[in-house]
Amino acid sequence: MARRNRGPRLFRRPQSGVLAIVTTASAPLLRAEGIELSFGGVAALKSVSLDVQPGGITALIGPNGAGKTSLFNVISGFHKADAGRLIFDGTDFTNLATHKRAALGMARTFQNISLFPGMTVLDNIKLGAHTHLKTGVLAAGLFWGPARREETELRAQIEREIIDFLEIDHIRKTPVSMLPYGLQKRVELGRALAMRPKLLLLDEPVAGMNREETEDMARFILDLQEEWGVTVLLVEHDMSMVMDISDHVVVLNFGEKIAEGPPQEMQENPAVIEAYLGAAQDAA
Amino acid sequence: MLIGDYKATYAADEAIFRSWPVRYGFAAMVAGLVLLPFAANSFIVFLATQVAIYTVAITGLNILTGYTGLISLGHGALVGVGAYATAILANWLGVPFWVVIPMAVAVTAGVGLMFGLPSLRIRGLYLTIATLAASFIIVFVIEHWGSVTNGDSGITLAPASVFGIDLVSDPQKYALIVPIAVLAVLFAQNLFRTRIGRAFIAIRDSDYSAEIIGVGLTRYKLLAFGLGSAYAGLAGSLWAYNFLALLPTQFELQLSIIFLAALVVGGSARTLGPVFGAVFVILIPEMLKWVFGFLTPFNPTIVEYTAPANTIAYGLLIIVFMIFEPMGLAAIWTRIWRYINLWPFSP
Repeated sequence: MARRNRGPRLFRRPQSGVLAIVTTASAPLLRAEGIELSFGGVAALKSVSLDVQPGGITALIGPNGAGKTSLFNVISGFHKADAGRLIFDGTDFTNLATHKRAALGMARTFQNISLFPGMTVLDNIKLGAHTHLKTGVLAAGLFWGPARREETELRAQIEREIIDFLEIDHIRKTPVSMLPYGLQKRVELGRALAMRPKLLLLDEPVAGMNREETEDMARFILDLQEEWGVTVLLVEHDMSMVMDISDHVVVLNFGEKIAEGPPQEMQENPAVIEAYLGAAQDAA
Repeated sequence: MLIGDYKATYAADEAIFRSWPVRYGFAAMVAGLVLLPFAANSFIVFLATQVAIYTVAITGLNILTGYTGLISLGHGALVGVGAYATAILANWLGVPFWVVIPMAVAVTAGVGLMFGLPSLRIRGLYLTIATLAASFIIVFVIEHWGSVTNGDSGITLAPASVFGIDLVSDPQKYALIVPIAVLAVLFAQNLFRTRIGRAFIAIRDSDYSAEIIGVGLTRYKLLAFGLGSAYAGLAGSLWAYNFLALLPTQFELQLSIIFLAALVVGGSARTLGPVFGAVFVILIPEMLKWVFGFLTPFNPTIVEYTAPANTIAYGLLIIVFMIFEPMGLAAIWTRIWRYINLWPFSP
């Protein structure tokens, strides 16, 4: 698809575009060290370590119950790790409150969409920008002046940067509960983008989508990486998409990291094949 | 035909009064409110003032329950805190109403925050029960702290006075209370056009995603309690200056339930919901009185049943609305507007 020509960009670019992608030797944007998580007697994550290089697309794969979403939940703060360290862009955020992690520059989407159903598409996306806005209660209630200016600027930014990019201009005032699944997923991505993240955590962005919707989403993710310079960490079961778009693949099985490397290598890795298909002798 | 009324700027698209009928409709409403005391008799003016007070109180409940999803059964008691704080402060300090009202609002917001603290640990039904306890505690304190509140015998205060004129007649009190109520509703409407209001709705719809996008739950839940209680305090203050005499029994659980009923019937999480709801709960008893007056010649004892009939009517209407129009009168209002917008095409 031809690149669309857009107006000047107001969103602050986290990294200086292409340059960040080339310098792969730099420090990881996100580093998880020896993450342990257990629910009662069940060990969901056993000393998992993970580096996410800035500017790239890292995929986290593994069979069902491997601990992919648990790791996401530890990173975004829903679960607290029993042991291990989390470092984002040089900052240790292992013990940081969930709502403060947004300000670090992390955004995520959910496997089962977690939009605010009672609000319109536009309001949902605006909510993503919450931490970047400053209006206090009094200014908000009086509205005239600073609050109005901030809201108008926000609206213009969202229209130019997100609504246009994700091609959802026809539904901007529709309540999200009335939208089909594929569009809801796209709106959720839009809300994450409004947070102006450096790192985007996508939990199964194309789960349950048909081929056309999957291709659209893959294109959005690639465009994001190229044009916004956003680093992406994604969990996905759609292997053809994972192999097509990711730069680096991390494979989990039963809460342990069993392999990592470029997508091509992972396809041929015996441990990965075993995890997905069972051991060769069992199959024989 | 109003469709095709497109906006060239985002500011215009985000405006509250988006189209000329809404703009002129609001202007006509303001004009109607200004002219009402000159056109109507004193009783109608009295009812309109009460509607304004209820609107302020229910708007506060709307912020807390309708938008933030924290159901409160203590709102009527908080209105009582506002009313008593007004009377006590006015009697002790002897300062004018425009000093007393902000003080009473602050006191009520503080008390509301205190009873909002459980919301940080519990939610849903459990929080509702905690607010129910708040309602009983507050009324109990008002009844038994005789040295300050004068206990069961109630408390009185001097009328508000503007440039040496005591506001005692119904139109005078109307002139004080209604403008404050209109401004309070506009303030709440504006709140929900900005990040603050959106954060409240986010907490109601999905508190975990709200946290992920950076909304601090502690801060915003307490803010919702503070704001809701501040509105209750303002309503209580206006109540005190309207009636000039207060009894603790006025602020018992029944008032909280009437407020909740009004919110459901009017339409929660809508700016106009509290307005419709307030009109509704004020008018129901009046209409029933009229009906009973009509029936009295046939059966003189029927008057005894006026009070229970009110309760039955409230209950019945809540059920009817829950089943047939859960979004309340405000949703019907929206449908009428949509029809007008699309006319002459079919909706």
